Amino acid sequence: MSDIIGFRPAAPGSQPSNDTPSYGSTRSRHPLRPAIAFPHSLTEAAGPVFSPLHFPPNADLSVTGGKAAQGERIIVRGRITDEDGRAVPHTMIEIWQANAAGRYRHPLDTHDAPLDPHFKGDGRVFTDAEGWYQFTSIKPGAYPWRNHANAWRPNHIHYSLFGPGFATRLITQMYFPGDPLLALDPIFHSVPDEAARERLISRFDLAVTRPDHALGYRFDVVLRGRDATPMGI
Amino acid sequence: MRIATAAQTIGPFWHLIDDTGLADLTRFGAMGEVITLIGTITDGNGDPVTDACVEIWQASPPVSDRFPGYGRSGTDASGTFRLTTLKPGPVPGHGNTQQAPHIAINILARGIITRLYTRAYFEGEALNTTDPLLGMIAEPSRRATLLARPEGSTVWRLDIRLQGDSETVFIDI
Ligand SMILES: [Fe+2]
Repeated sequence: MSDIIGFRPAAPGSQPSNDTPSYGSTRSRHPLRPAIAFPHSLTEAAGPVFSPLHFPPNADLSVTGGKAAQGERIIVRGRITDEDGRAVPHTMIEIWQANAAGRYRHPLDTHDAPLDPHFKGDGRVFTDAEGWYQFTSIKPGAYPWRNHANAWRPNHIHYSLFGPGFATRLITQMYFPGDPLLALDPIFHSVPDEAARERLISRFDLAVTRPDHALGYRFDVVLRGRDATPMGI
Repeated sequence: MRIATAAQTIGPFWHLIDDTGLADLTRFGAMGEVITLIGTITDGNGDPVTDACVEIWQASPPVSDRFPGYGRSGTDASGTFRLTTLKPGPVPGHGNTQQAPHIAINILARGIITRLYTRAYFEGEALNTTDPLLGMIAEPSRRATLLARPEGSTVWRLDIRLQGDSETVFIDI
């Protein structure tokens, strides 16, 4: 098959390097040899498709067992497009986050902050035909980590996205505007290009904000675009 | 033109989205040669990576209602992942080439900011000798890091070393 169309390489500086010494956990986990270049084949250009029948959506993290979670209720809305601005329709997005106190419902999280019986912290949504998604949650708290002295992660929501190919797979984090911890965070700063970093920060959006209910944030994600020409010809 | 959103680490708490059913790609009734792909992930110090998320994807056999082609497994206290799937067949390559049977693998973990991508091939497959990707790796010891080895008749093991001597060959995706 000579008609496989792969995905474009990353724009310079737009993606982090795994060799980021300021993030201590990378030191023994980043390969020392360069990755080998290989044009995308069917394996990389195609990817899994997820059905809401097998993966039921959960677009409201703010209520568990019929009870409201503690914290500041938020609505996050955004659009998933590719680098050409085309919508990525019907794609699955997984989200997970700490509770309002900055604690994950996870056995490895030993932060001395309270768990909330009415907050689990995982969600799953699908984009619509135009690439839009939306979920309701509570604003996650900052939490300490042991990377360096007095280290705190900025408020963030983890995102897992798939898109049309295995090459478009993306795990990222959404941050909040005006967070003073962003300036100090080595994970955020692992992205070399400032503009690329800033795109990880959601923005407050009054149009998404629901009166008497929840603050609204807008967070768009761009997945890699298709190469203009088929590979390997 | 827009620029793709930057990756960030999956972190140590990704299990909140885990679903152990994802480790069995035959759970929807897929028919074929059922295999178990297992492996242990170690870091540059030789320590097991116990909080990793290992994802697989395969273009063969074709995705259907019964076979999702995608699976996910956490690593356990010994750094070991375990996935049940169907053994893939050859996959079309560029031009008129054939790729040897293989499974695509993403490694995600705390301390890995952007996914590490590699492939599992199967030791002893005749097509391995003409596979375009394996053919790009000159050193036999490096090529061997992509070859899963049989343990009994249905289990294939591919250990992954993130860093250092006998480091796994990772692929730029
Ligand atoms: Fe986190």
